[in-house]
Amino acid sequence: MKLITAIIKPFKLDDVREALSEVGVQGMTVTEVKGFGRQKGHTELYRGAEYVVDFLPKVKIETAVGDDMLEQAIEAITKSANTGKVGDGKIFVTALDEVVRIRTGETGADAV
Amino acid sequence: MEDLVQLSYSVDTLYFLVMGVLVMFMAPGFAMLEAGMVRAKNTSEILLKNVALFSIASIMYLLVGYAIMYGDGSGWMPGFGFLIGAENTAEEVLASGGDTYYSARSDFFFQVVFVATAMSIVSGAVAERMKLWAFLAFAVVMTGFIYPVQGFWKWGGGGLDELGFLDFAGSGVVHMCGAAAALAGVILLGPRLGKYGPNGQINPIQGANMPLATLGMFILWFGWFGFNGGSELMVSNVDEANAVSQVFVNTNTAAAGGLVAALILARIMFGKADLTMALNGALAGLVSITAEPLTGSNLASLGIGAVGGVIVVLSIITLDKLKIDDPVGAISVHGTCGIWGLLAVVITNSDATIGAQLIGIAVIFAWTFGVSLIVWLIIKAVMGIRISEEEEYAGADITETGIEAYPEFAKS
Repeated sequence: MKLITAIIKPFKLDDVREALSEVGVQGMTVTEVKGFGRQKGHTELYRGAEYVVDFLPKVKIETAVGDDMLEQAIEAITKSANTGKVGDGKIFVTALDEVVRIRTGETGADAV
Repeated sequence: MEDLVQLSYSVDTLYFLVMGVLVMFMAPGFAMLEAGMVRAKNTSEILLKNVALFSIASIMYLLVGYAIMYGDGSGWMPGFGFLIGAENTAEEVLASGGDTYYSARSDFFFQVVFVATAMSIVSGAVAERMKLWAFLAFAVVMTGFIYPVQGFWKWGGGGLDELGFLDFAGSGVVHMCGAAAALAGVILLGPRLGKYGPNGQINPIQGANMPLATLGMFILWFGWFGFNGGSELMVSNVDEANAVSQVFVNTNTAAAGGLVAALILARIMFGKADLTMALNGALAGLVSITAEPLTGSNLASLGIGAVGGVIVVLSIITLDKLKIDDPVGAISVHGTCGIWGLLAVVITNSDATIGAQLIGIAVIFAWTFGVSLIVWLIIKAVMGIRISEEEEYAGADITETGIEAYPEFAKS
């Protein structure tokens, strides 16, 4: 089982969610975050004083998938979140030691 | 006797000024309503549009608009001039025996706040995707020319007035006029990105601040007592004082009827008590009664407002089906219900004729929509009217104003 963490542009959330649904990924957790990679920020003025806007709004999607679905899930996210412009985001994959469904107590692959 | 004439003049002048101040307070009402109904990333920009349009209206109407609307025009040809003109002296007032009963500048003041109201209708409809400076350029023309000309045709004693078209406080002259200008802009502008899906889906884009939206609506309700009440134009004798009182009660009743009707309809149609529909419903009731808040009974006003509340809900849904994106429902509240308000005059005022009302609706709409469309097209050709896709995704606040309305992650 793997945990996919994807950082994407906020307006792509609906597209990514649909794409993941289509490959069979049912659940996910979404957080609003700020960040930057190579997409640089810019300076702004507030009442004449300059400040730097480094951190840009992004959305973080976390979803647990079985090993058999990993590749399709990554492809779904990559295709649907891509705009071709700087700042599209990144996908991180980490191994999951355990997954538990709280309501039923199921563990492992049944709980994903 | 002379003292009485002077006193009446003072009372009626004061009445214009105070009612005008109430209507001025509708400007922050619109600002708060719109700020609450747009997304956080576009809030500063719509606030700026609202404060700037009020100022532009104040300036343009002073410079040329008032003279066009109340100058020496006749029939379908408005006059042309500048500024306000001479003030009434005490001698002139006394010599008139009280026929001249208010100061010229109080009349200007009462009128200028109406222009700002009409213009602010446009800002809501084009929210979240129009270029700020394109909007302000349009505001200059709307407040200096488009509005005053059709205002002349009715309130300036021009052609529509001569035909017997009735519009007490401006369901047509102010509200439908603003909506027509807004519609022209919205059609050229296109919907917000992501609003309409490929298979006929309509995606909701939720407002960021319901408390502000509600506050804005209540402020508008409050200001409307000045809008309708002041339009009686006089308070200094028993008949007039009674008339004003009737107007206040009818206005309040229509708003209440509109809200309740919209709320019930929303509950039936959507299963939940949609706050934003309730807010629109109250405003719809107010717009509906604005064409004739005097002659109808209190119960009739309840009915007229309630019908407005029903119409606005249906209109909002219909416009979305037609892919006309209106973030705050301005075109439905002010346009569709403005038309209803003008037609409803025939029910409560025996001097009204359906023919004259229909002509008034057609003329005001055709003029405002037509000229607005031309002006929007010119602005579009010269500078463009829509912000770019990146700017729309990043938000108009940061791209047009550099001021975030709700800055998070502040560094200490």
